[in-house]
Amino acid sequence: MSSTVASTGTRHGTLGTSASRPDGVAKVQGGFAFSSDMWADNMLWGATLRSPHPYARITSIDVSGAYEIDGVSTVITAADVPGKLTYGLIMQDQPVFAAIGDTVRYSGEPVAAVAADHPETCQRALAAIKVIYEVLTPVTDPEDCISGVAEQIHPDGNIFRHQRIISGDTSIVGAIQVEGTYEIGMQDQAFLGLESALAVPDSGGHGLEMYVATQWLHEDRKQIADCLNMPEENIRLVLGGVGGAFGAREDISLQVHTALLAMKSGRPVRISYGREESFYGHVHRHPAKIWMKHHADTNGKIVKIEARMVFDGGAYCSTSPAVLVNGITHTQGPYKCENAIVDGWAVRTNNPPCGAMRGFGVVQACFAHESQMEKLAVAAGLSPVEIRLLNAMETGDRMITGQIMDSVAPVAQCIRETDAIPLPPPMSQDADLRTIPGGTGLTALPSNIKRGVGWGVSIKNLMYSEGFDDYSTARCRISEGVVTIKFATSEVGQGFTMLAQQIARTVLGVDDVFLDTIDTQVGSAGSTSASRQTWMSGGAVQAACRAALEQLFDHVATKNSMNRAELEIEGTDIVDRLTGQRVAVLAAIDGVDIDCTEEYHHPATEDMDENGQGNCHVAYAFVAHRAVVDVDLELGLVKVVQIATAQDVGRVLNPLSAMGQVEGGIAQGLGLAVMEEIIVKDGKVRNPSFTDYLLPTFLDAPTVEMVFIEEHEPKSPLGAKGIGEPPCISVTPAIANAIRQAVGRELPRVPIRPYDICL
Amino acid sequence: MPVLIPRNVDELVEVFQEHPQAKLLAGGTDYMVEVNLHGRKPETMISLRQVKELTEWSVRPSQSRITIGAAVPYADMEHGEIARLVPALAQAARTVGSPQIRAAGTLGGNLGTCSPAGDSLPVLAALGAMIHVIGPDGNRDIDFVDFMVGVKKNSLKPSEFVHSVSLPIIEGWQGYAKVGTRNAMVISTASACLVRDIDEGIVTIALGSVGPTIIRARDAEAWLTKSTSLRAGADLNPAVAQEFGRRVALESRPIDDHRSTADYRRHAVGVLAQRLLTRSFS
Ligand SMILES: Cc1cc2nc3c(=O)[nH]c(=O)nc-3n(C[C@H](O)[C@H](O)[C@H](O)COP(=O)(O)OP(=O)(O)OC[C@H]3O[C@@H](n4cnc5c(N)ncnc54)[C@H](O)[C@@H]3O)c2cc1C
Repeated sequence: MSSTVASTGTRHGTLGTSASRPDGVAKVQGGFAFSSDMWADNMLWGATLRSPHPYARITSIDVSGAYEIDGVSTVITAADVPGKLTYGLIMQDQPVFAAIGDTVRYSGEPVAAVAADHPETCQRALAAIKVIYEVLTPVTDPEDCISGVAEQIHPDGNIFRHQRIISGDTSIVGAIQVEGTYEIGMQDQAFLGLESALAVPDSGGHGLEMYVATQWLHEDRKQIADCLNMPEENIRLVLGGVGGAFGAREDISLQVHTALLAMKSGRPVRISYGREESFYGHVHRHPAKIWMKHHADTNGKIVKIEARMVFDGGAYCSTSPAVLVNGITHTQGPYKCENAIVDGWAVRTNNPPCGAMRGFGVVQACFAHESQMEKLAVAAGLSPVEIRLLNAMETGDRMITGQIMDSVAPVAQCIRETDAIPLPPPMSQDADLRTIPGGTGLTALPSNIKRGVGWGVSIKNLMYSEGFDDYSTARCRISEGVVTIKFATSEVGQGFTMLAQQIARTVLGVDDVFLDTIDTQVGSAGSTSASRQTWMSGGAVQAACRAALEQLFDHVATKNSMNRAELEIEGTDIVDRLTGQRVAVLAAIDGVDIDCTEEYHHPATEDMDENGQGNCHVAYAFVAHRAVVDVDLELGLVKVVQIATAQDVGRVLNPLSAMGQVEGGIAQGLGLAVMEEIIVKDGKVRNPSFTDYLLPTFLDAPTVEMVFIEEHEPKSPLGAKGIGEPPCISVTPAIANAIRQAVGRELPRVPIRPYDICL
Repeated sequence: MPVLIPRNVDELVEVFQEHPQAKLLAGGTDYMVEVNLHGRKPETMISLRQVKELTEWSVRPSQSRITIGAAVPYADMEHGEIARLVPALAQAARTVGSPQIRAAGTLGGNLGTCSPAGDSLPVLAALGAMIHVIGPDGNRDIDFVDFMVGVKKNSLKPSEFVHSVSLPIIEGWQGYAKVGTRNAMVISTASACLVRDIDEGIVTIALGSVGPTIIRARDAEAWLTKSTSLRAGADLNPAVAQEFGRRVALESRPIDDHRSTADYRRHAVGVLAQRLLTRSFS
């Protein structure tokens, strides 16, 4: 790895150093308590009964058989929901349980839940519940929803959102035109730590404490409280150990069911999904179909883009409207263009519900625009690098939404720095066969293999959009000589707990920073998503620490007769710049009692109008990827050899952690390019297991050569941009373009399957 | 649930006869998935781990055969003497799952499950393995072709178990190749084992994952013997290899499922046949 991080001279553990993670040792040694490890005395186990049909009317539910089984404590159905019968992040359209007389709208939709003394008893109880369904023909084609021929499968209709963008001069016709229709399959977040929650009812029955693996504690609490018809303050949510999220924990899954079972039984209840249930229990990445037509002048400069995007949201809304807007507003990619006609649809079908996943709508748009850039390069007689440099967006450009790019936008630099990374050596004729396509299957010899190189460049919005104030809160306490930071930010594995300590060490000049429990006993932190927590919760922690520091300076100045206005932190000392007088921070905080809570709000955004115009996004980050792949043309097998990448990160706060995000994101984007897909046929998932939902292994992972572009982002509180999503976005089309180059086919769909290449 | 732990083959015969419904457990890499994922509920289990004889292998040079105990794990076949004597088996063993799975999984288990995707099975078919089984009526040797009778079906009788597998040591070339959409730890979508006996001048090829059982492409084999010399020192015309691949593909009987398509499987197995044959001459 080559990066330009200046860590020499910086105190270890502060910002810019590879500080180690507070949860690191426990996770490596196996001592870390994930939410599925939680336990309470007198605890019952919960389990969920799900519909086997994608679309069916429930005629009756008979739970009496379940109660006859020894050890069964409680059975609940829609009739037992005391509050709101539905939940959801944007629209509350998803039933807690499908009710008698109503329909189930996807295969796997919850119908009932049980609590019993043992998971095995739960399974027997579920088998004893008799549900009679009138099976209906599922609506599975999004186009039928748009044309209106499909039956309306929900009172709110089959369209979650239709949004267009009409921008600039739409009459322009380019001398060069390229077009294509692209398809993106349904990807799963496939986090390793499965869904799990433990609910402990208060003895009086008025409140509840819940331990849950989630991305946003406060939003979960709101939705749980609504369904339970309970004041929010009666519910305390504590973050259970989270093993990955990638968007799949934004929506409610088992939270309300667990809470209801605990309230009804009066005992602690835990629900933990297995892998198969997890595939039904959370939303996935939207499968999408995108048509794009680029108009360019004779030199290859883009003059207009036309596009139509269709996102299949599945049965319930989740975040579909926001995913759609992310998709259409990123139509142009990281390229200059002011003229556009874009039509976007997010629709409801009887397919599995889709929602947030790393990249959030931009993955789909990027696959289309980067496939187009490849065609444009050929049409204009330019190389993939030349066409992208020619069109590269810059700060100050007006985008198709009318928004002015006011983030640092080093697009050309990302491309140039990536291009400067040396290509890997050609495959040697005596290469270890495990490292060539086919791997351990020994299907090929090096002579059967052809190499390809491809490019992908992307732009990704950071934080929430369209007028949403997704603020974050943090609290800094200095008491009894100890600095403690508290926040409700979900640590899902990204390393925020480590970052919070780095910020506090840097701002306050202490080495030891304690972290309070992550729960709802402090203000909301917003969601751990949208590449936002480093910026947002990092901003809040910094603000709280700075506020505490001001009070500490007041105290120190008075006590030691120092010049208040001249105080600053230098290493672990407080220094009076005028006199040079020093006090060690450790000595200074002894005996003080400081407690500061601060909120961080990002610059406001606005809704878009009917023509898709408006300053709807907060900020943007960019990245370039170059993929080198080896392809067995006859068998269609692929090995990604190398990914070179230069990413616009603002500032590297923790080199090791940044590297982890980049490598992990690339593996996820590689998965989408060549193997990861939930296969849905007639509304049913065909591969709900890791036997058949294939994730890349170490032998599939490429060498990653990365460069970080550190141009501090003035809008960001730490100068850093979110780095979580960009790595997984343009790597997918980069790999696809590399395969296309080797194979000489259009390959308009990902994942690219072996038979797409060779049959 | 009782778990019976016999210490030797005699005890195993005895306990299995007393408990014909009992489930044999070797590495558990197939069966524990059945229990944990598919709700299988065994009433009695018989662990094979302590039956020393089943974990041993031996070579009888006089007969040019190697005998591998049913409970020898794949990890022991990947390298060393077994790999030297039966390289195709070593290659097949290396493609099975991950190091953890190969440390536990066994030939007996692969034969017990008898999936068309079982990686050792095409090797056993191509080499003409004899499956040595023991049961209440004593011993018998079953030709692999008669052992596997359908998708996940074998011809073991109640209380019969696989003791060992006996394979010929061939003078010539042998290789296994497996197609999957991931470069490791993947269930095969098509596989093939080719054995070229340069003394006899014959080639055998067996195909996995392209039919309800492992398929020996006998017509293609016969055509090949007529079309070219397969003995030591012979040369191969590339057109012959290509035609061989085409003929092998015709003998496959694949299906469409969520892992792949019938067309791809048929195509892939033909490519594997062509490549393996070519490799056997280089
Ligand atoms: C993650 C994972 C990856 C895998 N990858 C592969 C792969 O790539 N290729 C592949 O072929 N398989 C694979 N498998 C399946 C499995 O590992 C193999 O089939 C293995 O050979 C099973 O052996 P075992 O000893 O673990 O069998 P067990 O699970 O112990 O037994 C399997 C069956 O065989 C019976 N049995 C066991 N021993 C005998 C005996 N001596 N006589 C009669 N019956 C017996 C058992 O009763 C049971 O019905 C994988 C499994 C997992 C979990």
